[in-house]
Amino acid sequence: MTDQVAADAGWADPPPRKGFFTDTSICIGCKACEVACKEWNGVPDDGFNLLGSSYDNTGALGASTWRHVAFIEQPAPSGDFRWLMSSDVCKHCTHAACLDVCPTGSLLRTEFGTVVVQEDICNGCGYCVPACPFGVIDRRIGEQGTKNVGIAQKCTLCYDRLDAGQTPACAQACPTQSIQFGDLDELRSRAQQRVETLQAQGITDARLYGENPDDGIGGAGAFFLLLDEPEVYRLPPDPVVTTRDLPAMWKQAGLAAVTLLAGAAASFLGRRP
Amino acid sequence: MAECHPVGFQWVMEAKARGATVIHVDPRFTRTSAVADMHVPLRAGSDIAFLGGIVHYILENEKWFPEYVVAFTNAATILREDFVDTDDLDGVFSGYDPETGSYETTSWQYEGIAEPAAGGQREPSQGEDDESRQERGGGHEMGGHGASLHDTEVHRDETLQHPRCVFQVLKRHYARYTAEMVAETCGVPVEAFQRVCEAVTANSGRERTTAWVYSVGWTHHSVGVQYIRGSAIIQLLLGNMGRPGGGILALRGHASIQGSTDIPTLFNLLPGYLPMPKAGEHDNLDDYVATITSPSQKGFWTEARKFTVSLLKAYWGDAANADNDFCFDYLPRLTGDHGTYATVMDMLADKVEGYLLLGQNPAVGSAHGKMQRLGMAHLKWLVVRDLNMIESATFWKDGPEIETGELRTEEIGTEVFFMPAASHVEKAGSFTQTQRVLQWHHKAIEAPDDCRSELHFFFHLGRKLRERLAGSTLERDRPLLDLNWEYLAGDPDEPSAEAVLAEINGRHLTGAKAGQPLSTYLDMADDGSTDGGCWIYTGVYADGINQAARRKPGREQSWVAPEWGWAWPANRRILYNRASADPDGRPWSERKAYVWWDEDEQKWTGHDVPDFMATTAPSYRPEPGTGGVEGLSGDDPFIMQADGKGWLFVPTGLLDGPLPAHYEPTESPVRNPFYRQQANPTREVFPRKDNLQNPSPPEPSWDVFPYVFTTYRLTEHHTAGGMSRWLPYLSELQPEFFCEISPGLARERGLEHLGWATIVTARSAIEARVLITDRVVPLTIAGRTVHQVGLPYHWGVGTSALVTGDSANDLFGVTLDPNVHIQESKVGSCDIRPGRRPTGPALLTFVEEYRSRAGSTVFTGNTQRTPEGADD
Repeated sequence: MTDQVAADAGWADPPPRKGFFTDTSICIGCKACEVACKEWNGVPDDGFNLLGSSYDNTGALGASTWRHVAFIEQPAPSGDFRWLMSSDVCKHCTHAACLDVCPTGSLLRTEFGTVVVQEDICNGCGYCVPACPFGVIDRRIGEQGTKNVGIAQKCTLCYDRLDAGQTPACAQACPTQSIQFGDLDELRSRAQQRVETLQAQGITDARLYGENPDDGIGGAGAFFLLLDEPEVYRLPPDPVVTTRDLPAMWKQAGLAAVTLLAGAAASFLGRRP
Repeated sequence: MAECHPVGFQWVMEAKARGATVIHVDPRFTRTSAVADMHVPLRAGSDIAFLGGIVHYILENEKWFPEYVVAFTNAATILREDFVDTDDLDGVFSGYDPETGSYETTSWQYEGIAEPAAGGQREPSQGEDDESRQERGGGHEMGGHGASLHDTEVHRDETLQHPRCVFQVLKRHYARYTAEMVAETCGVPVEAFQRVCEAVTANSGRERTTAWVYSVGWTHHSVGVQYIRGSAIIQLLLGNMGRPGGGILALRGHASIQGSTDIPTLFNLLPGYLPMPKAGEHDNLDDYVATITSPSQKGFWTEARKFTVSLLKAYWGDAANADNDFCFDYLPRLTGDHGTYATVMDMLADKVEGYLLLGQNPAVGSAHGKMQRLGMAHLKWLVVRDLNMIESATFWKDGPEIETGELRTEEIGTEVFFMPAASHVEKAGSFTQTQRVLQWHHKAIEAPDDCRSELHFFFHLGRKLRERLAGSTLERDRPLLDLNWEYLAGDPDEPSAEAVLAEINGRHLTGAKAGQPLSTYLDMADDGSTDGGCWIYTGVYADGINQAARRKPGREQSWVAPEWGWAWPANRRILYNRASADPDGRPWSERKAYVWWDEDEQKWTGHDVPDFMATTAPSYRPEPGTGGVEGLSGDDPFIMQADGKGWLFVPTGLLDGPLPAHYEPTESPVRNPFYRQQANPTREVFPRKDNLQNPSPPEPSWDVFPYVFTTYRLTEHHTAGGMSRWLPYLSELQPEFFCEISPGLARERGLEHLGWATIVTARSAIEARVLITDRVVPLTIAGRTVHQVGLPYHWGVGTSALVTGDSANDLFGVTLDPNVHIQESKVGSCDIRPGRRPTGPALLTFVEEYRSRAGSTVFTGNTQRTPEGADD
């Protein structure tokens, strides 16, 4: 059961798995989620750069942007113009590659089933950065003295707020309930209903993204309702946990190593005068 | 609304989820358009044509609500014989005087009303001699209190057939506002316009209602009041006023702009929409009250004396009594227009010594930024109270005029005092939002360092001034010395906001209830036995309880949620809600039942507090000639109006016409398709060398400025940036000033995405980064393409903020709506070209070249009446 990730990680009697359902069909792009996240978590600004990417000037998720609102201007299926907005966040994967590759144990599966960086343990090795299939986690770059500079950073689903029985800051701030927080199984059924409603209204491209436990990451703890293909929102269409093939890869690598060793030995042996 | 009011927009999203159709009419494709069912782009400044087109559709297709219109509006009322409409007078109404640029409004009056109505006269604003300015200031003494009628005996034809009844006049007036004319004027295709008309009318009537929501995109115009009037006509014709889900909702720019209108920061109003008295006209209380209301008219304004006396008692307490006219003499008197733009021009003339800016950044946020900054450089002292060191506090060292050489720091004598302000979470108080609901906020944290609340500043300023004047025997010092000034409650330093609220609410001063709070404004008396700082707020402290602090969750009370905060007046959530029942007092439909007449109990009842005399039956008809509250019939829902009816046609009170007529913005590249008259013939113009205008057709050389531009806000910033450009988390979201243009305009002018553009008007040239986007669409107006340039106005030139940039408001000149003195700052004409603007003195030369090519003189754009033969 994918929703038993916390139990699988060794938590005794964990609470129900928590997550986000981000319904982009009602996002109004106000970015309150970005600001509330930074306020609560003490995340520094990400630089003052006009990107020319519609109204998006933080660019992408990263070490200093844990919620990111994408703005997509495109022709709608009807032929009219449309402006899609979507608040992206760490997916808190069931099979989390960042967690798998972390050599220090800094990345942790919490009792809520979320994935959190322990900033006092992270040594900034950066293995987790390429491991994430969504490009979410990153090491913070900045001048000396910047908080947590060099440390891997990402959404914690407001671990400290969950501990206190509170809603994560982004969901709390969202004025339209585009970001919904709750028990993952309940969110999934709510999302399913919402998709069916939209489809019945003729919005046939409405779909869920990341809710399926059978997908390449075992389902996301933070999933989305999209109005178009994931690529339109710059999301990978079929994300796969990057450590999925690790056992097989290690086997291949082991064979290769043995072969190399044998070759090397042979070459040494062959050189012996 | 999603763009500027994202929190309030949650209710629109909820309505949409429950099946409401959301239509967004805006030159700009915003975050609202993104989630609306339909976005209708139109040319900035063309809304009266659009609204008039809807009126035309309603009348032409008989979509109006006949029972509502006949009983509750002035549709049946018969007008005088000498009223002449715009179609017969080349775009002006009868009574227009081209010499003064103003109307003599007697001919707009109802038939049978003997005397000319109060107000409505105004001298021209041309020139700046004191005499004309005095008259101009007097023109809108109406303030918010509605115009009075000197007789209640209006003539009505409820068959609506009389050729001079309002309904027939309305039909003729809007006969030319066809869908085709809307297309030609607004650039809205006929089919799109039809869809809007069909949606609005299909969602109005007994079973359904439509609401109109607007913001400064409707008000910052030289015809702003008439925009709202256009909407009012539609809502009255469709029966959408006083009913749940209906109404016209003004979204305000700040959290409590509604509150600062109710208890005003406006020069011409006293609390509760009482007018500020005028020098020479209001020598005593009797004179003053007589101009607010006529004793023979209907409605609640006949109680104005009680409201005024209670206010004077709140100000001056025991010093105010019947023998001294309740200190009416202590009130300041208006001597003319003391609005913000008139004051700035007075600064330039060295008539103003000092200025207090409270949470306002005119160097960036007001039209004609250069005039604002140059004006402030003439002051002796300037107090800026703000959260941050805004541009209005630093213009003397880093403003744009320092760079151009127009100002030199060492030559500016203005002494600037910066007083750091506490934010709303650092002090207690109330916000009044657009629905008139007061919501109390408690202090969450102490303000840092020297930051203090406004209340602290003014209380101690008053205290110190009174200490300085103590012992003075001068008559002029009495108003300050006699003030009621007791607001400390426990805390020796910070005054109690709740003590202020209690004073606003009012108290019984004598008798058995002495000292007790008033429960309703009906408790107010005109003999000095009550006080109350703002009659419409009476009840907010009823029973000694802060009713504004109530936060009972919606799920624990009725759907009207009367126990969340407190709404003025009398905790009514919908004004004029008598109109939610039919003339006989029955709900128009079960679905829209709200307030109704209970036959058994013989009183009005319902979900809300009835906005009507509690026991006046629907069938009640007063004796002819009865004035005041008793003069209202049982089917007169608009109880603040002098005839109890909703005004489709405004016989008195407006300065620029009884019906909205389409006029072009004062600067427009389009010739008015409706009338010879190009722009509002009564707009306030200021023909000065420092306020030159772009030419508009039919003036020659208008094509030097061939594009329309509009200004607006972004979700990420707050107005002139004082609350956002100093915060990294907001500044990073919109770090730079940009202009939004269509790919077509980019091609036409060689503009590149993320490159620079220079935007020019007769006042200034500014530079902005270019965003090319399909969200901006070129419009087809009268067969040619008209491009629009969109400019957010949040940035300013300075060195203190995290993000800075040129200010869009520097492009505007000063031309005002005659009724309310609001500036036209949502539309203008401009040129746009690639590259950065010149810097230093070269900038002045650059703008001068444009003026010279356009032939701009002080007369350009400033002749109110478009001359005959101007198109030849």
